[in-house]
Amino acid sequence: MTTLTDPPRESFRLSMLINDTRYRSLTFQAIALLVLIIAFAYLTNNLLTNLAAAGLNIAYDFLGTPAGYDINQTLVEYDSQSSHARAAVVGILNTLLVAFLACITATVFGVIAGVLRLSNNWLVSKLMAFYVEIFRNIPVLIWIIIIFTIMTAVLPGPREFRGDNPTSSMFLDLFAFTNRGIYIPAPVWGPGSMVVVATFIASVIGVIAYRRYATNLLYSTGRLLPMGWPSLAIFFVPTILMFYILGRPIGLDIPELRGFNFQGGIKVGGPLIALWFALSIYTGAFIAENVRAGIQAVSKGQTEAASALGLRPGRVMNLVVLPQALRVIIPPLISQYLNITKNSSLAIAVGYADITATLGGITLNQTGRAIECVLLLMLFYLTISLSISAIMNVYNNSVKLKER
Amino acid sequence: MSDTHAQTVAFVRDTEIPSAPPPYAATGPVKWMRENLFATPANAVLTLLALYAIYLILAPTLPWILNGVWSANSLAECREILQGATGACFAVLTERWPQLLFGFKYPSDLYWRPTLAFVLLFVAVAPVLFFDLPRKLLIFTGLFPFIAYYLIWGGTIFVPILALVGCIGGFAVYQRFVTGSFAAGFFGGIAAALAIWYIGGLLIPAGASNNAMLTPVPSRDLGGFMLNMMLGVTCVSLSIPIGIALALGRQSSMPLIKVVCVVFIEFIRGVPLITLLFVASVMLSYFFPPESSVDLFLRVVIMITMFSAAYIAEVIRGGLAALPKGQYEAADSLGLDYPQAMRLIILPQALKISIPGIVNVAVGLFKDTTLVSVISMFDLVGMIRGPILASTEWNGVYWELLGFAALLFFVVCYGISQYSQWLERRLATDHR
Repeated sequence: MTTLTDPPRESFRLSMLINDTRYRSLTFQAIALLVLIIAFAYLTNNLLTNLAAAGLNIAYDFLGTPAGYDINQTLVEYDSQSSHARAAVVGILNTLLVAFLACITATVFGVIAGVLRLSNNWLVSKLMAFYVEIFRNIPVLIWIIIIFTIMTAVLPGPREFRGDNPTSSMFLDLFAFTNRGIYIPAPVWGPGSMVVVATFIASVIGVIAYRRYATNLLYSTGRLLPMGWPSLAIFFVPTILMFYILGRPIGLDIPELRGFNFQGGIKVGGPLIALWFALSIYTGAFIAENVRAGIQAVSKGQTEAASALGLRPGRVMNLVVLPQALRVIIPPLISQYLNITKNSSLAIAVGYADITATLGGITLNQTGRAIECVLLLMLFYLTISLSISAIMNVYNNSVKLKER
Repeated sequence: MSDTHAQTVAFVRDTEIPSAPPPYAATGPVKWMRENLFATPANAVLTLLALYAIYLILAPTLPWILNGVWSANSLAECREILQGATGACFAVLTERWPQLLFGFKYPSDLYWRPTLAFVLLFVAVAPVLFFDLPRKLLIFTGLFPFIAYYLIWGGTIFVPILALVGCIGGFAVYQRFVTGSFAAGFFGGIAAALAIWYIGGLLIPAGASNNAMLTPVPSRDLGGFMLNMMLGVTCVSLSIPIGIALALGRQSSMPLIKVVCVVFIEFIRGVPLITLLFVASVMLSYFFPPESSVDLFLRVVIMITMFSAAYIAEVIRGGLAALPKGQYEAADSLGLDYPQAMRLIILPQALKISIPGIVNVAVGLFKDTTLVSVISMFDLVGMIRGPILASTEWNGVYWELLGFAALLFFVVCYGISQYSQWLERRLATDHR
C-alpha cells in the first residue's frame, strides 16, 4: 500500500514573484503602485513649481470675501456684499431647483411620449417617434440656446402690454409672458390660511389611509370598496369647504404692469425657463425610449395570462404589466435624473446662476482661484451623483427578483 | 348516357363567378385608415389632435423655408428682397459657409486640406464599419491619423512620418515578442516606439516647419464643424482602448488595480463634462512641466478622452458581465493565460455585445463636443453665437443658423444610430 503524503512544501523563492501565478499579482500591484506614486509625485511637483512661479497658493479664504456681483434669480437672501460662499450656496440651490423641476416635467413628457409611441394609432406613434429622434440626436446645448432665443427674441417686451390697444395681452389675465421672463401669480397667505393648508395635508393623509384600509379589507375579506371617487372626494372636499368657511384666506397677487415692467407675482427668469424646458424635452425623449423598452420587456404572455384569469384591462395594467415594467424602467430613469443634474451645468451658456455659473464662472474669474473653484465644483456634483447612485442601489436591491 | 339529365337540370354553370371585390370599407387606404387612424372614438380624437399639431408646426415653418432667400450680403438686404413677406434668410449660410465649417481663422486658401482629410476619413472608416470590404483597406485606416494630422496642421512632414515610424517599430517589436509573453511584447513595443520617437526627435532639423510644403496652421485657428468632427473622431477612437483597459482593470482580481479603476470611472462619471472642460482650460496647464506649452486643443482632447473612456469602460464592463461564465472557464481549461484568454476568447465576444452601447456613447460624445464653445473655443455653436451673430451684417439671424447646426448634428447622429441598428442585426448570431 502506498501512503499519501503531502508534496514537499516549496519554500518561497524570489523568482516565484515572476513565474508563479500565486505571487505574480503581487509583483504587478507593486509595479502599479510605484508607477502611480511616481506619476502623482511628478504632477504634484509640477503643480507646486507652477504655483510658486505664478505666486499662488491653495487657500479657501477667498470664500469669505464679498462677492461683489449680483445674481438676478436667488432663492435665499443675497446681495453683492454677500460672500463668495453665499454666492455658491445660491448657485447650489438654483442647480437643485432647475434639476428638480426638469426631472418632474421630463418624466411627464417621457411617459406620455413613450406610451403614445406604442399606440395603435399610426399617426400618433410616428409623431412620437419623430419627437424622440429629433430631440435625441441634437445636442442639448443647441436646444437650450434655441429655447432661450425664443424667450428673448420672440416673446413681447413689457412695453407691448401697455396702452389702450396693446399688441400683447396676459394669458387668462394671470400670466404674463414677456421677454424678461414669465410672471406668474403669487399666493398671499392671509390669516387662517395655515388652517386650510393643515386641512389639505390632513386630507392627503386621509386618502392614503382610506386606500390602505380598502386594500386590507380586500385582501382579508374579499370585499371590494370603491377606490376612485372616495379618494377624490377626500382629497378635494374638506380643503375647499375650509377655504370658503374661513372666508377665502389665500389670495393671489397677480402681476400687473406698472412703470416699465411688471410688478407683483413671482418672476421666473428667461434663463431658468429655457434651461428647464430644454432639459425636460431633451431628457423626455430619452425617458420615452426607456418607458417604451420597459413596457415592451413585459412578455405578451403575461398580459394574456392576466386576461385569462379574468382581470379587466385596467387591472391587467396596474397589477401585472406596470409592476414588471417599472423594474426595467426605474434604473435608467434614475440615471436620466442624474444626467439632468449634470446637464443643468449648461446653465452657464444662457446666464442662469447655477453653481457652475457662480462658483465656476464669476467667482473663478474674479478671484483667479481656478484650482479651488473647480475642485469645489467637482466635489458638489460628485456628492449629488454618488447620493443618487446610492439611492438607485437601494432601490435595485429592493426590487431585485428573489432567486433561490 | 351522356344526356340522361339533359332535361332534368335546367341550368348548369360551367364558368366560375368572378369574385366580387371586397367591400369598399375593407380594402385599400380606407381599411388602413379605419384600422390605424380611426379605430375607436378616442383614437379618432388623437388623430385629429395629431393632425392639428402637425398643422401648427408646418403652417409657419413651410412658407418660411420655401420662401427663403439664398443670396444676399446682409440681413438688411435679405429683408429688402423679401419685402415684408415671411421667409428665411439662408443667405447667411451661403455667405458664412466656410466659417461655419472651418472657423474664422483657418486660412481660406487652405480649405482644401481639411476637406480632403474629411473625404479620406470616409475611406479610412469604411473598412472598420463594413466587414465585407477588402481587409487590405485597413492599412489605409492605420495611415489615416498621420495623413489627417499632416493635412490639417501642416508643417514639416517629418513629424507625422516619425510618429508613423515609431508606431511601426513598436508594432514590429510587439509582434516579435508577443508569442512568448504578452507583457514582454506590449512593454517592449512601447519602449521601442518611445526610443524611435526620442532619437528621431533629435534628428528633425530645427526650423523645418518654416519652409515646409504645407503651411503650418496653429491649433487655435481650428474651428467650426471641423472642430466638432475632429474632437469627436479623435476622442472616441482614443478612448476605446483606454476604456477596454479600464473595464478589464475594474474586473481584475488585484485589489489595487481594481480600486484605481473604480475610483477613476466613478469620479469621471460623477462630474459634468463642463467641469472637466474647465479643468482643461484653467487648471490642467498647472500640471504640465513649467517650460512646456500644451495648447488648449490637446488639453481638451485629453479631458474629453478621459470622459468618454470612463463611459465606454462601463459599457464594456456590461459586455464582459453578460458573457456566460463558461467562456472564462473554457479559456482557462484550454490552458490560455490571462492575456491570451482575453484577446482570443473573451474580448471578441464582449466587444460584440457592447457595440450598440459604444455607439451610443460615441453619439453622446459627438453631441457633447458642442460644450467646448463654453470655454471659448469656436466650434460650430461657438461660431454661431460668437463671430456670426455678433457681426453687424447678420445680427438677428437666429433660426437659420441654429436650424442649420441642429440639422448638421441630426444627420450625423441619426446616421450613426441607424448604422448601429444595422450592425446589431448583422452581428446577431443567435437563432430566432
